[in-house]
Amino acid sequence: MTRPTFTLDGVAISFDEGQTIIEAARKAGVFIPFLCAHPEFPAHGSCRVCTVLVNGRAMASCTTKAADGQVVESNTAALTRDRQALVQMLFVEGNHFCPGCEKSGACTLQSLGKDLAVTSAGFAHESPTRPVDASHPDILLDFNRCILCELCVRASSDVDKKDVFALSGRGLDKHLIVNAESGRLADTGMATTDKAMSVCPVGVILWKRRGFADPIGKRPHDVESPRQRVEGKGKTS
Amino acid sequence: MTETLRRIAIDPLSRVEGHGKVTLLLDDAGHVHEARLHIVEFRGFEAFIVGRPYWEVPVVVQRLCGICPVSHNLCAAKALDAVVGAVPPPSAVKLRRLMHAGQLLQSHALHFFHLASPDLLFGFDSDVSKRNLIGLVEKHPELAKKGVLLRKFGQQVLEAVYGKRIHGTGAIPGGVNRHLAIDARDAFLKQLPDIKAWSLDAVALARELTLKNVERHKGFGTVPSALLSLVAADGSLDLYDGGLRAKDADGRVLFDGLDASSYRHLIKEEVRPWSYMKFPYLAAMGPESGWYKVGPLARLQVCDRLSTPLAEAARRDFLASTTGINHAPLAFHWARMVELLHCAEDIEHLLHDEALVMGELVSTGERQREGVGIIEAPRGTLIHHYEVGEDDLITRCNLIVSTTNNNQAMNEAIRSVARQYIEGHRITEGLLNHVEVAVRAFDPCLSCATHAMGKMPLEVSLVDARGEVVSSLRRGDA
Ligand code: SF4
Repeated sequence: MTRPTFTLDGVAISFDEGQTIIEAARKAGVFIPFLCAHPEFPAHGSCRVCTVLVNGRAMASCTTKAADGQVVESNTAALTRDRQALVQMLFVEGNHFCPGCEKSGACTLQSLGKDLAVTSAGFAHESPTRPVDASHPDILLDFNRCILCELCVRASSDVDKKDVFALSGRGLDKHLIVNAESGRLADTGMATTDKAMSVCPVGVILWKRRGFADPIGKRPHDVESPRQRVEGKGKTS
Repeated sequence: MTETLRRIAIDPLSRVEGHGKVTLLLDDAGHVHEARLHIVEFRGFEAFIVGRPYWEVPVVVQRLCGICPVSHNLCAAKALDAVVGAVPPPSAVKLRRLMHAGQLLQSHALHFFHLASPDLLFGFDSDVSKRNLIGLVEKHPELAKKGVLLRKFGQQVLEAVYGKRIHGTGAIPGGVNRHLAIDARDAFLKQLPDIKAWSLDAVALARELTLKNVERHKGFGTVPSALLSLVAADGSLDLYDGGLRAKDADGRVLFDGLDASSYRHLIKEEVRPWSYMKFPYLAAMGPESGWYKVGPLARLQVCDRLSTPLAEAARRDFLASTTGINHAPLAFHWARMVELLHCAEDIEHLLHDEALVMGELVSTGERQREGVGIIEAPRGTLIHHYEVGEDDLITRCNLIVSTTNNNQAMNEAIRSVARQYIEGHRITEGLLNHVEVAVRAFDPCLSCATHAMGKMPLEVSLVDARGEVVSSLRRGDA
């Protein structure tokens, strides 16, 4: 029996029933830019970077199920422009100083910016004031780099069963908080072995006292970027 | 009677990296009243780094400067070695020394061949449009090529140990993050005979240009002062580590062998309302006479010797050209090339050490609350001082960069040159350029010393002998 297929930028992609468009594309070795999608967590559709046109309609490819005969467009000039704008907005909403960030070279936002050839801020920097939380003996929280993907919130509640993190406020005021009366990480049950410790796609949740031990050129995304991983073209593959 | 003063501004100093502004205050008769090198950018780094985790600092702080980021990376790492209580393992120290020598070599080559030699070769009064690197390439192509290749070699060394030519990562608290690759080492060793030969040529050229104009150079901006440098325990110059030694203007040792953390007792910093850059002075001598020079000219005369043979011979030759301490700013160029040769020899010496390609890279120890790092950067003594809270965040930061250490010396040199050449003369481009030449001899990295984090408006005022403001000018409001 032939498997159902859809076309992605004119290329036929077969899929298993129940797979989302981004999953099917990834399996087929085709990269759709993404940010908040994480293979171990159900799709959330919050960043919208993976938006594609499905039969002409804009849909998040991480939450849209693949269907037989769909015509999907991803690599278009207009979608690239929208993705660039989304990434630019995420950069200007926080304080991202990549050279001084331990996550540099392992950061999904930074890699996406490179992949999309984002070379300027595009919008006025908001330069928010967000003090770091260094209260925990082994973990540093740098809220300056938060992109509100909620992966840490979900990891802490669904896997760690601790509810250390939450999003508070609405709209422009939305921000990540620590669930403790003091608001300090030291006053939660967070441990370095928690799932929440390892899911942050950017440089918010970091090990203390670890900085730049991996040289430039040897960092995870230097060796294999998210696109190379999907396309099987990393230096290690 | 109110004296009327005429203001002549030379702005910008066309070939100093960064942006400087010199104001000359003249009286009616054209006599120089005062000369000030204004630093109009606000240095924000010390405030900016407070509240940040300490392990970010060696990487972030190097953004102060696009010319010698490596020096800041190393100096911060040295200060933070003390904070993490570590004595870096031998491999790490040698790799840091290699980085440092590569940085000094490329910086000195850049300064001499790209920025200074056009003045020295073509003369200070020559056509400005020719007095630059392009003019140099047209007139002396072989010389320009050597300059470019020497710089490139230094940059390649940096790339190999630091990841990039500028703004890489190399030194981290307690050590470094990589070894030197064996193939890179072998390639460098092959190039070294040429590098040393060109360095010798550079010394010969700087010597020739200096001696040709010795009478003119001797008086040019020459103001005696104390001298400061790091010196190894055996008395040889140590650009990476060692104890602080100062000599007075006549060469008598003021203090010697003092460790980095003693800097705060030895050096005080004065703030003056007309500059964002502080004025350091040796505490024991007071603000009036305690200012000092740092950098190549100071270093060669503060140490007892250089550890490498060719450079030590060149240093002795340099010292023999004057009796007593040489305070002429234009002697900086010759001294700088002697150091370039020393770095080339030192790189060769280091490359033969197996510790560069194997061995422990990082060590740890007992956490301390503060640390001071001092290094001899291309432009002179560089001091980084950090205090770190129990939560690992920086609570206080004090930096004294090389150009700041030379701040008063530069102002004094400008005043001397202005008095000598501008008084009673018609003001010409050539004359004004003498002032620039004096500043350039110190190789100041003005953007580095002040870190332009939002330019602040500055008010320039003219003050007469009685301290009355007779005119003022605001800038930077836009
Ligand atoms: S989180 Fe990513 S994008 Fe933000 S500063 Fe760090 S490396 Fe750069």
